[in-house]
Amino acid sequence: MTSTALRSRAWQLLEMVTTPLLPSDYLDLFSPLRAGADLRGRIEAVHAETPDAATIVIRPGKGWRGHVAGQYVRIGVDVDGVRLWRAYSVTSPTNRQDGRITITVKAIPDGKVSNHLVRHAKPGTVIQLDQATGEFVLPKTKPAKVLYLTAGSGITPVMGMLRDAQLEDVVMVHSAPRKQDVIFRNDLHDLVADKSLRLVELHTDTDGMLDVARLHELVPDWAERETWACGPTGMLDAAEAHWAANGIAERLHTERFRPTIVVAGDGGEVTFGTTGKTVDADGATPLLDVGEAAGVLMPSGCRMGICFGCSTPLKAGAVRDLRTGEITEAEPGVLVQTCVSAAAGPCELER
Amino acid sequence: MPAAAGAVEIDLWEQRMTTTERLTECDIDDFGRELDRIRDEVTAARGENDARYIRRVIAVQRGLEAGGRALLFVSVLPPAWLVGTAALATAKILENMEIGHNVLHGQWDWMCDPKIHSTTWEWDFATPAKAWQHSHNFVHHTYTNVLGKDRDIGYSALRIHPEQPWHPVYLAQPFYNVALAMFFEWGITIYDVELERAWRGEKSWREALTELRGVLGKAGRQVIKDYVAFPLLSGPSFLTTLLANLTANTIRNVWTHTIIFCGHFPDGTVVFTEDQLDGESRGEWYLRQLAGSANIDGGALFHLMTGNLSHQIEHHLFPDLPSNRYAEIAPRVRALCERFGLPYATGPLLQQTASVWKRVLRLALPGQGGHQAAQ
Ligand SMILES: Cc1cc2nc3c(=O)[nH]c(=O)nc-3n(C[C@H](O)[C@H](O)[C@H](O)COP(=O)(O)OP(=O)(O)OC[C@H]3O[C@@H](n4cnc5c(N)ncnc54)[C@H](O)[C@@H]3O)c2cc1C
Ligand code: FES
Repeated sequence: MTSTALRSRAWQLLEMVTTPLLPSDYLDLFSPLRAGADLRGRIEAVHAETPDAATIVIRPGKGWRGHVAGQYVRIGVDVDGVRLWRAYSVTSPTNRQDGRITITVKAIPDGKVSNHLVRHAKPGTVIQLDQATGEFVLPKTKPAKVLYLTAGSGITPVMGMLRDAQLEDVVMVHSAPRKQDVIFRNDLHDLVADKSLRLVELHTDTDGMLDVARLHELVPDWAERETWACGPTGMLDAAEAHWAANGIAERLHTERFRPTIVVAGDGGEVTFGTTGKTVDADGATPLLDVGEAAGVLMPSGCRMGICFGCSTPLKAGAVRDLRTGEITEAEPGVLVQTCVSAAAGPCELER
Repeated sequence: MPAAAGAVEIDLWEQRMTTTERLTECDIDDFGRELDRIRDEVTAARGENDARYIRRVIAVQRGLEAGGRALLFVSVLPPAWLVGTAALATAKILENMEIGHNVLHGQWDWMCDPKIHSTTWEWDFATPAKAWQHSHNFVHHTYTNVLGKDRDIGYSALRIHPEQPWHPVYLAQPFYNVALAMFFEWGITIYDVELERAWRGEKSWREALTELRGVLGKAGRQVIKDYVAFPLLSGPSFLTTLLANLTANTIRNVWTHTIIFCGHFPDGTVVFTEDQLDGESRGEWYLRQLAGSANIDGGALFHLMTGNLSHQIEHHLFPDLPSNRYAEIAPRVRALCERFGLPYATGPLLQQTASVWKRVLRLALPGQGGHQAAQ
């Protein structure tokens, strides 16, 4: 017998004696990061970046497959005893020697996970982790001229790229309210001193908001540059319009941290068929949040309508897509993205 | 008149009420609102400490089980047998009661942890979690103590309330209740397949047999683990380990049988007729749960070992609140009952058990056992 066959036999035997649990239920108690376990990570350190942003150093479990600069990772943290999943861009370089990864989180007002991570995360805490994913990455053949257009916490995926690859000609236009709000300010100025980056730093409290239409005044050759943009919805919408108007939409790559919500309608009573839970929902809250708040195990991913990780069969009633206002009615086989859909009257999900 | 029949039941129960006036509809609504308030407060307060509590109980249980089983590898040595069996029996009780029963009720669903969730949990009991969830969470907790609806009344095998019509087979119930206690796990397994409903033609034999096959898969794995795999792994301790596992399972069976029977069948608990369910208000639902349940007095460790079913009243009022919170709300529920002049059945374990057994013996014989039936 080969060693793998032998190992799987031994595992079967173990399952026989741990039933109805699995061997991993016991192993997880003292070795949550081991190979073969569900992917988890351990928080090793928390470094303040600005008054409301912090970098979290995470030691990923053995199953971690690495990331590409610019990608994000989903983490599940227990906040007040409740497991919540959010996406965060990886800010560490891919070749970090100690195998740790970092994410950098900005606490937003009333944000459950972001505030918890920035203000209460403690070294030693085990968190849930998912493999890195995302399309907001540099192509294999490095572009000759690059523009990074960022604002606020949107700097995070770009910092991952800056730390990872040396590019010939990089310009960055970054906005933040004030000097002390600029995340990674020292790192950026080190790169400038190093001559590996040209930086345009805007403090919107004094300089006013960046007008994307007047970008040429800051970066005259902006249109020749392959551009990666990440920041608030307004900035990204303006950038997409501007690049499209100039006929170079394919040269702009954007990363959004949240979906653009256009309409909210009337809610209704939502039934989760499998668990038998029924709750009232308004017409603005994503069904994903509604389910989680009711203790239903909802599948999820990006939580902003791009990955389809949350698709769930709609068994009855109707839901509204919060991005378009479009109504979807239940039919056999119809799946809805719960992270960007809200109840449009009474409805039932198979969960 | 159907509405009156339910009212007679409440009347019977209210004879034991401490105040002379009957509750008005308004009082019942107030009572319901007060209980809803307790529920909302606990729901809002659930948090990190509760999560830590259940994870700790789970870790302790797994440690006890692993430690006990490890000791039993050398169970030919009497001290190892004794300590190992005690640890395993304790682990099995914790697993079934404070963990399994309560997780399967969805008490910990709010944590959104897929490892501790009513839809994913499987317990160390012959009957599969899903089958039990239907018969227990749905049938029993919805139709608590409604004759003809709540199959948990005497587990369809015992005459435990005088309102159940007598049959000669009940003459043997003192004996088969002992057997049920010892083999409780298997009693529940058969019970969850609802064979008696197939017998009565309320469901097809084919359906019952399909369910039975599903149950047998789970039950088979349980049997292999305790009576084949672990004894074999113990080598020279084969027989003693087999005996230890049998003992641990039996202790667990007798304990759970005792606690569960004390929760619904001592004197002071009441059964209802089906028409009680018609248009039942929230307050009336609470009243029925209260009237159908009884608590057991004891200390913190005792409550833990009963899976907090010693707070059966609180559990039936709020089946999906985390069990570690029952002790804290029990005094408030009791004070509320006092305020509304409602009986709150509770007593020490011995007294409640004696009361249950008195009923089992008395009602084995025909007749009303000295108390008037509903109709
Ligand atoms: C691909 C991807 C990568 C991301 N990378 C990062 C990152 O590197 N660093 C980082 O800090 N965040 C990042 N985010 C955002 C992050 O996932 C969370 O949305 C954010 O931390 C807020 O979560 P919360 O639990 O604190 O807020 P919640 O409690 O979920 O929300 C509280 C309130 O804030 C609003 N809100 C939610 N998200 C935002 C937002 N991004 N900006 C403003 N208001 C919001 C909500 O509508 C709600 O009203 C990323 C998101 C995506 C999809
Ligand atoms: S979670 Fe990614 S699409 Fe909904």
